[in-house]
Formats: sequence, structure tokens, C-alpha cells
Amino acid sequence: MRTVLTVLRKDLLLELRGFETLPAMILFAIVTFVIFHFGLNQDTIDGQLAAGVLTVTLLFAAMLGINRLFVAEREQGGFDAFLLAPVDRSALLVAKATALFLFLVVLEVIAVPAFGLLLLGPSLAHALPGLIAVLALGDVALAVIGTLVSAIAVQTRARDLIGPIIGLPLLLPALIGMARGAGPLLVAHGSSSPPGKWVAILALYDVVFALLSYAVFDFLLED
Amino acid sequence: MLRDVSLQVPAGSTLAVLGRNGAGKSTLLRILATLLRPHAGDVLVFGEALPRRGFAVRGQVGLLAHDPLLYRDLSGRENLSYHARLHDIGPDRVEEVLEAVGMRERADEPVRLLSRGLVQRLAVCRTVLHAPSLLLLDEPLANLDPAATELVGPLIGRDSGATRVLTSHDPQAALAEADVVLGLEDGRTAFVTSADKVDAAAVKRLYV
Repeated sequence: MRTVLTVLRKDLLLELRGFETLPAMILFAIVTFVIFHFGLNQDTIDGQLAAGVLTVTLLFAAMLGINRLFVAEREQGGFDAFLLAPVDRSALLVAKATALFLFLVVLEVIAVPAFGLLLLGPSLAHALPGLIAVLALGDVALAVIGTLVSAIAVQTRARDLIGPIIGLPLLLPALIGMARGAGPLLVAHGSSSPPGKWVAILALYDVVFALLSYAVFDFLLED
Repeated sequence: MLRDVSLQVPAGSTLAVLGRNGAGKSTLLRILATLLRPHAGDVLVFGEALPRRGFAVRGQVGLLAHDPLLYRDLSGRENLSYHARLHDIGPDRVEEVLEAVGMRERADEPVRLLSRGLVQRLAVCRTVLHAPSLLLLDEPLANLDPAATELVGPLIGRDSGATRVLTSHDPQAALAEADVVLGLEDGRTAFVTSADKVDAAAVKRLYV
């Protein structure tokens, strides 16, 4: 746990110094909402369409973070320095996934209200508790799978291409779960809690990929 | 690629690895540091077989490579504190090594703003922070002026007490430091001998 906190603290400090990832994710999400606003030619949207627009936008914004997650480690020797230390290598996975999860939370704290202002017809207020639960479960999937994909992609020259090519298909079930879970929440006078089936699917997907990532991550760090 | 390289380095002694660019010097160091997995052959560090027992060796090895392994947007002190926490070392040791290389006053500046020589001093600090028993030194004095070379001497020189494997493009300087010399040519052993028996002509041939 100490190693996880050490790496996480360093990652957050690097982001605070450089502001290379979060501003890009936030800006991308807001610009995408504006593009949808004009592209759909509708003042407001709701229901499943709104959930789809929200989750797809968050997914693509997350890809920006995923692509940059290990860049400092690769370009500035962080991998070697970490591998030379007598620590559990899985700590790097947990720390990076936690950092990405926190980036996604910050992104959503800004992007979801912006979505409510720019596109969403019904009020967000009644949907918020359920939406937080769905997004949190989706964020875990994005963080865990994103970390795994990023660790693979960063070893290649075409990391900006490899990330989406591997990551998007793996994240598709999570995207479906998030969109279907959020859909009923984003209609006027709709449900205030997400469908249990999609919450369960998201939770199961999180657990499966967390275990899978834990099992294979060590091998990804081998030169 | 390394082939047919076989030698032992006694504890506390210094092995100098000589050879042209691409001869395999850095590869050898990375294998000893547990960063590269040998495809064949046996590698033992402190009696532990690599890569299988790599976890028993990590923490006893200090690698000073071409890359300083420092984050450019963090200060020297932040970088060393990060490494200290990874190695479970207290903050006093960070100040101790910074003092030793004359970097305490500049330690709060981002690494990206420092000259190569100052970055190399910080890289030396990172290498010796956890007082490793084995020092792997790839061109350790690169970018260092004579004053800085003198400062890092007690940390990575013979007086450090550590077993050392060092590479250098300056054969004379490396030979002066060495107990054992390995000459590499295209990844193969050209010669292995004690430093006092080195054939000057053989060394010269390595660089032709």
C-alpha cells in the first residue's frame, strides 16, 4: 500500500506540474458536447440518446488519459527506476489505475454538469445519485482496462494508435453497461436508480478485469 | 546481443567493461540490473540466479545509466524523495547525498531546468541513495566537470566499498579504476584479464 501511495502521489504531482492530461480530457469532453449540440440539431436530448452521448464522450476523453498514462515512465526512465526498487510490481498497476480513476472523477465533476447545461433536457438533480453509481462503476472499468492497455501501448512506437485499437473493443461492454444503466435515469420523471442488471454487469466486468490485469501486469513490465 | 561472455567479479572489486558503441556494454549492465532477461546462460548476482531470483537482488543494485531515471517536471529533491520512499529510506539520506554532491542549494529546481552536469550529479544521488552493494556504472563521469568528478568519487568510486561494474569509452580512465577488465567485441568476449595484465594492443584493437 505504501508503494501504491508513493507512485500515486508522484503521478498526481507530475500532473499538477505539467497539466498535460486532465485539461485535455476536460476540454475534449466539453467541445464534444458542443459538437453534438450542433450535430444532432437538437436543443436538448434525453433518455438513451443522452446516455449514449454522455458515455461515448467520456470514453473518448478517457482515451486521452489512457494514452498518456505511462508516457513519463517510458520517456523519463520511470519504468526502469521502478523495476530497480524492491517493491511489488503490481503496485504500479494499482497506482496508475487509481490515478486514472481520479482523473476520470475530476473530468466528470466538470463534464457532467456541462452536459446538463449544454445538452440534457431533464434536470440532472433526480438522476444524480444513480448516475454517480453508474459512472463510478464505469470509471473502474475504464481505469483498470485503460491501465492495462496503456502499459501495452506505451511499449510500441504507435502507442496513440494501439491504445484505441486494443482499448475500445475491450471497453465496449463497459460502455454498453454505462449507457444502458444511465439511460433510464436521464428521462424526465424517470427512475432515480439504475437498472440492477446493468449495475451487476458493470460490477462483474470490473472484478473480472481487475483480476485479469493483476495476473498479467508483471509480464507486461518485462523487457 | 551478448554471446560467450563468462566471468566472475569478486565482491568489492571493480570490473571495467570496454568496447565500441554497440559492443554490448549497456546490455550487460541491464542484465545485471535485472532489467533485461537473458535468453540463455547463467547470471548470478550475490549468488542469486537471474532472472528467477531477481527480487532478491533488486534493492542491492544501483544503476547509473545514460538516462538519469529522473522525472523532468519534478525537482531533484522530489525525485530523490520518491526513490527513497520506493526503497523505504528516510528523508535524511536524501539530504545526505545531496550534500555530498553539492546539490542541496539547487535541489528544489525542476530537473528540466538543470544542466546535464547537474542532472548527472542527481543521477549519482539516485544511484547510491539506498547504499547498494553493487554499482552498475554506465559512463558514470559523463557530463561531469573535474570538481563534480571529485565530489562523486566517494559515492561511486573505489572508496564506495561496493562491487562495481563500469563502462567507459575512455580505456585509460577505466583501467585505472579496474581490478578486472572485460573487452567486448560485437557482444562476444575479446578478452578477460586482471587490470595489471591488460594487453594495451588488445585494448586498442577493440576500438579500431
